[in-house]
Amino acid sequence: MSLGGRLRRAAELVALPAVLLAAWWVTSDGSESFYFPPLREVVGVLPETWFAGGADARIVSDVLPSLARLLTGYGLAAVVGVGAGLLIGSSPTLRALVEPVLEVFRAVPPPATVPLLVAVAGIDDRMKVLVIVFGCLWPILLNTVEGVRAVDPVLADTCRSYGIRGPGRVRSLVLRSASPQIMTGLRQALSVGIILMVISEMFAASNGIGFTVVQFQRTFAVPQMWTGIIVLGLLGVTLAWVFRAVETRVLRWYEGIRSAHRSGG
Amino acid sequence: MLEVRGLRKVYTSRDRTVEALRDITFSVAAGELVCLVGPSGCGKTTLLKCLAGLLGPTGGEVSVEGRPVSGPPPGMAVVFQVYGRSLFPWMTVAQNVELPLRHKGRGRAERRRLVTAALADVGLSHTPDAYPWQLSGGMQQRVAIARALAYEPHVMLMDEPFAAVDAQTRADLEDLIRTLWDRTGVTTLFVTHDIDEAVYLGERVVVLSSSPTVVQDDLPVDLPRERDQLDTRALPRFTELRSRVYGEIRSAQRAASRADGA
Amino acid sequence: MSARPAGPQVPRTVVLGATGLALTALAAEVLPRALGIPGDVLPPLSVILGALAAELPTPQFRAALGATVVQWGLGLAIAVVLGVSVGVVLGSVPWLRRLTASTVEFLRPIPSVALVPLAVLVLGTQLRSALLLIVYASFWQVLVQTMYGVADVDPVAEQTARSYGLGRWARVRHVLWPTAQPYVATGVRLAAAVALILAITAELVIGSPGLGREIAAAQSGGATALVYGLVLVTGLLGLVVNVGVRALERRLLRWHVSVRGEVAP
Repeated sequence: MSLGGRLRRAAELVALPAVLLAAWWVTSDGSESFYFPPLREVVGVLPETWFAGGADARIVSDVLPSLARLLTGYGLAAVVGVGAGLLIGSSPTLRALVEPVLEVFRAVPPPATVPLLVAVAGIDDRMKVLVIVFGCLWPILLNTVEGVRAVDPVLADTCRSYGIRGPGRVRSLVLRSASPQIMTGLRQALSVGIILMVISEMFAASNGIGFTVVQFQRTFAVPQMWTGIIVLGLLGVTLAWVFRAVETRVLRWYEGIRSAHRSGG
Repeated sequence: MLEVRGLRKVYTSRDRTVEALRDITFSVAAGELVCLVGPSGCGKTTLLKCLAGLLGPTGGEVSVEGRPVSGPPPGMAVVFQVYGRSLFPWMTVAQNVELPLRHKGRGRAERRRLVTAALADVGLSHTPDAYPWQLSGGMQQRVAIARALAYEPHVMLMDEPFAAVDAQTRADLEDLIRTLWDRTGVTTLFVTHDIDEAVYLGERVVVLSSSPTVVQDDLPVDLPRERDQLDTRALPRFTELRSRVYGEIRSAQRAASRADGA
Repeated sequence: MSARPAGPQVPRTVVLGATGLALTALAAEVLPRALGIPGDVLPPLSVILGALAAELPTPQFRAALGATVVQWGLGLAIAVVLGVSVGVVLGSVPWLRRLTASTVEFLRPIPSVALVPLAVLVLGTQLRSALLLIVYASFWQVLVQTMYGVADVDPVAEQTARSYGLGRWARVRHVLWPTAQPYVATGVRLAAAVALILAITAELVIGSPGLGREIAAAQSGGATALVYGLVLVTGLLGLVVNVGVRALERRLLRWHVSVRGEVAP
């Protein structure tokens, strides 16, 4: 791409966000509204709200625990979901047996289980991780089953005729072939997981981003509440970007095939 | 090397049964290059899957190197018709060729040597790091052939491998198969529906009937060992053999349509 | 269109699926008793169903169910209308698409629950708060899928339409919309599930009327069996939504299924 083209592309990326931010800054500047404080004020209290206090800063005492719970739950759900999905997807009988049951579990809106798990597991980290596992598990599991089921029969024959079986077959054939669907499941699960992380903290917790933001709202610390919304938003955006980077790497071959087919007609 | 005796395959579903293969008997000696030709829909792919141990026969027996086949035999490599789907799209060309060797437990150095040699053999030394879908159809089929070669098989099965490439590429690939066979002497069974291809490539041609399939004829190809797309195809003997196979297949098809009409 | 012939596998799947459901129900009944799990952790299925049966006829339950369905439906409808119209405009005007891409990519992953405190402060605990969350979360699903769909329009079809002198509106109707339709349907399907999740979320953490609030109330009242029963109801609601939207999709897009079934060979 030429320098001009690159500059143009960069301008397109920043233009609208810059305009929107500037508009927010300017229109809110003289704001007398209690709920919509000037952006200047929000940005001003952001550092002291989240980063001040060294080891006691909210970034350490609230954001990190939230993230740890999210990643633990998400990771557990990924391991269990992909593992069970491999098993169920490779056996038509097993799949027919459990699929309706899984559909019922998947259909339960995960937030509904928050009070349930509070009743069962208390209000500690265990409950929050369980909530996240429960919410993230089904999209990962069901998408993995779909992906495993759709393994190309010619590739499967190729593996058999070259004596590739067992764990090697799972690694070289099944997991890779199902990876587009697995990534779809993981992507859906990530956004559900973030929602559940926040809700479980809003519902019952003594720390975490969700807890903190609701505390600000209840104490009418409005500018601080706005910083909480910004931090939560940034967290969501960052996680989505990290996920996209991983996905691009894992699915490079898949995108390659798709664009090869598109240009090939 | 490869023995097929009384092979029969019947597909059964709830409301009907289809007899795909009725009675197939033939053999391929060590180091031979045999072409199996038959009309469309005569169950060539079924037969090949039975030979490759990918499909259990209803009756009869297949044995490779004296051992009855009950699953994919270890010394056999298969090149499938649909090249686009038999290569792993998430692996590079070199990784595709290397994969079976890894599972065979070959050391790293030897794997590298075999992969390099096989890619050089099929004329793809320059693209080890490309992905299959970045290559043309003919080149993809070369990768599949290289994978089979690197596996150092005792028997190579090829299922209409050139059915989906254009005429020029096809001629190149046919010559590649002849050259490789000449040099390695690997026992090769080449399945095709193309009569010209069967006669041009084979040292022997086994002609199949229409479904339910039996072996219609088994004739040696007494053409010079050195083959050439122009000269060989212009030989009177080539035309004779070709006409004979063509006649066999025509009469088989006519017999089949008579049987259908009755 | 003829129905799929009843092959031998169809009844087998149904039998197996029913068996799976029956076994799960049996386990839910027997295991809590056999393992001596206390009733406030996991009551047997019959106790759960009993508690639910007592709840079903009450006007309170019916009002809650109705409120959830209304919030869900209204939020989804707004999100679909907004998502499709914005998606068509952004998708079919290249410079607009390039200009908004970064903003869309930034706003989309912001978890809608981040808006909870703001919604509570500004809009209170009523329907409007819930709608804000539902619409924000589902809008992006519809928008992004619509934009994919519009981008997928075959340039040859577009040029053909142009060369026959079809005007802008006619091209949108006859070329763009048919192409985008299956994508929009996917977006609506995803949005329908997300809308239900956010409806329950709003009821749970904001306290807007609905099943989520009933679940929270039952939990704080210690009625564990009823909590399970209500979660089961939300699951059935989710199932009806999933199955219903999928059936609708199949019905509307029957002409298109073969096209969409195309996979990379």
